[in-house]
Amino acid sequence: MPSRPIYLTLLTGTLLAGPVGAQGGDGQALYRECIACHQIGPDSENSVGPHLNDLIGRLAAGVEGYPYSKAMSAAGAAGMVWTKDTLDAFLTNPMDMLPHTSMGYRGMPDPQDRATLIAFLATGPDDATAEATFNVAPEILALQGDLAYGEYLSGDCTACHARGTDDGIPSISGLSRDAFVTLMQAYKQGAVTHPVMTMMAGRLSNEEIAALAAYFESVD
Amino acid sequence: MTLNRRLFLGTSIAAAGGLAVPMVRAQGKPRVVVVGGGAGGATAARYIAKDSKGAIDVTLIEPSRTYYTCFFSNLYIGGLRDLQSIAHSYGTLASKFGINVVHDWVISVDRDAKTVSLASGGSLPYDRLILSPGIDFIEDSVPGWSVESQNAMPHAYKGGSQTELLKAQIEAMPQGGTFAMIAPPNPYRCPPGPYERVSMIAHKLKAENPTAKILILDPKEAFSKQALFVEGWQTHYPGMIERIGPDFGGGNVSVNPEEMTVDIDGDVQKVDVCNVIPAQKAGQIAEAAGLTDGNWAPVNPTDLSSSMDENIHVLGDAAAQGAMPKSGFAANSQAKVCANAVGGALTGSTVFPARFSNTCWSLIDTDDGVKVGASYEAGESEIVAIDSFISQTNETAEVREETYEESVGWYQAITEDMFGKA
Repeated sequence: MPSRPIYLTLLTGTLLAGPVGAQGGDGQALYRECIACHQIGPDSENSVGPHLNDLIGRLAAGVEGYPYSKAMSAAGAAGMVWTKDTLDAFLTNPMDMLPHTSMGYRGMPDPQDRATLIAFLATGPDDATAEATFNVAPEILALQGDLAYGEYLSGDCTACHARGTDDGIPSISGLSRDAFVTLMQAYKQGAVTHPVMTMMAGRLSNEEIAALAAYFESVD
Repeated sequence: MTLNRRLFLGTSIAAAGGLAVPMVRAQGKPRVVVVGGGAGGATAARYIAKDSKGAIDVTLIEPSRTYYTCFFSNLYIGGLRDLQSIAHSYGTLASKFGINVVHDWVISVDRDAKTVSLASGGSLPYDRLILSPGIDFIEDSVPGWSVESQNAMPHAYKGGSQTELLKAQIEAMPQGGTFAMIAPPNPYRCPPGPYERVSMIAHKLKAENPTAKILILDPKEAFSKQALFVEGWQTHYPGMIERIGPDFGGGNVSVNPEEMTVDIDGDVQKVDVCNVIPAQKAGQIAEAAGLTDGNWAPVNPTDLSSSMDENIHVLGDAAAQGAMPKSGFAANSQAKVCANAVGGALTGSTVFPARFSNTCWSLIDTDDGVKVGASYEAGESEIVAIDSFISQTNETAEVREETYEESVGWYQAITEDMFGKA
C-alpha cells in the first residue's frame, strides 16, 4: 500500500472540470467531483479514498483498513465526528480545516452546492440512476507495469509534475500504484476531465498506465 | 512510425536486439558532447548521465554560467517575477550527475574526426554530439536593425541582459509614450511569446504609465492564441494596444535606431521604446557544422538525429522536426527521446518509441492564464500531432487563475527536469 499516503491533489482535474451538470442543485451531479477517489452505495469499498457509506455520524478516520493521513487520524483520535456542520467546514476547503490531510481537494466554495452535496452523501445514490462510483476493472488494476518503460514514459509527466511540491501542479512521486491507476483511468475514461490530463491519459494504453504507476510508486 | 503499443512491451527486447552493435570504445567510456545548456541541451545531458548511471561520459558546453530562462521572462518584464527567480546555475548537473560542464563556445565541428573546437582553443572528441543551440537572427530581416543596434532597440529574445534592458527602457518611457514591437515572421521561438510580452508590458504600463500606447507591427496574418489575447486585451487594456497586420503595412517595416523611428510602409513614426524581434534561424553552430537546410536543421523524428549526420542530434528551436512548436517544453520533450536513443546506441539500453508533448502557458494579466498544447509522435518523416487542446474564450476567472497556477507549477518542474533538483 501507499508509501506516501495518497496525496490526492490530482483532483485539480475535477476542479477544473467544475461541477458537471450541477445546475438545479443535483447532488449526484456535484458528487462527480468525488467519484474518481470515493465510492458510495451498495458494494462500495475503499479505493483511492475511503468509502463514504454511513458517513454522517462516522468518527473521522473511522473506516477500518484505510491508510489515513496523520492529520485525519489525529482528528479522529480527538473525537471529531462527521456531521453536516463538520462536513460543510471540511468541504469548503479541506486543507484549511485539516492541514496535511491527504485529500487534496481544493474545496467547494458555494454554500448551496455544499448543502446539496452533503444531503446526497447522507442518503447515498438513488439506485435507479446510480453512477456514483468510478470503478477500475480488476484486470486493469492487476496489470503489472514494466518499471523501465514507466521510467521512460515518466518524462512526459516530470516536465510539469515537480517532486515534493504541490504548488499549482500536484506531486505524483510516491503515489500508490492503485491510486495512480485509478486516477489515470478516470481521466482516460472521462470520469474526470482536465485539458492536459485528458490528453495525456488518452494516449496511454492500460499497460502504459500500469508501467507509470509502477515507476511513480518506486520514487520518493 | 506506427507501433501497436499493446504489442510494444512484448517486442521491445527483440527490437533492442535488432539494433546495430552498441559502440563500446576500447579505450574507455563512450562520450557524449552536448552543445547548449537550455531546455534541450541541459535536459539531454541530465537524462543521459542519469540513465546511463555513469556508463557514458557526458560533457555539456554552455557559455553562460547563469542561465536565464526565456520562458517566464515576460513575467519578469511585467513585474510579476524577479530576475533571480528565472536564473539557474549548472552546479547540480556537475555535482549530482557527474556532468562535465564547460563554460565555453563551440566554434566548429569536425564531423569526420568527430571533434568540436572551443573558442578557448581546446577540442573535445565525441561519439555522439547533441546540438541544442537555440536561435540566431536572420541579418537584415528588419531593415535598419542589426545586432549592433540591439542596445537602442533590444530584441530581448534570448534571456538575460537583453530582458533587463527592455524592462528598464519601458520603465524610462515618458508618460503617454509609445512602445513598438516588430513581431517576427513564422517560424520563430515561442509562438505566443511576443503577444504574452505585449500583455505583460500593458500590465506594467496600465499601473505606471496608463496613457502610453503599444503598437505591434506584425508581418503575420494571424498568431498563436489570437482570440484569447485579443479578448484579454479588450478586457484588461482597452484602447492601449494597436496591432498593424500585413494588410496595413505591418509586413513592410524598417527601423532607424539612431532616430528611434519606425517606417511602416512609408509612414515614419517616432517611438520611445522599440522591441525588434527579427526573423530567426537555427543557432549558428548548426549551420557551421553543415547541418542546416535553409534556416533550420532537419532531423529524423524517431531520435532527433540530423538528416545529414547520424552521429549528431539537433534539439529544440534549431531543429526542423515537423509539427512541434519551437518552445522550451518541446525541446525538453525532444531531449528525453533523444537521450533514450543515444543511451541505446552507446550502451545497448532499451530504446522505447518516440513520444512527445507540449504545453505553452501565457499570462494575459494577473491570474489570467491561458494555455495551448498537443501530443505528438514520430511519423514517417517528421514529428506529427495526435491530439491537442486550447483554452477557450469566456472562461471563468477561477479557471484562468488555475491555469496560471499550473504554469507556476510547470516552471518549477521543468527547470528541475533541466537542471536537476538541488
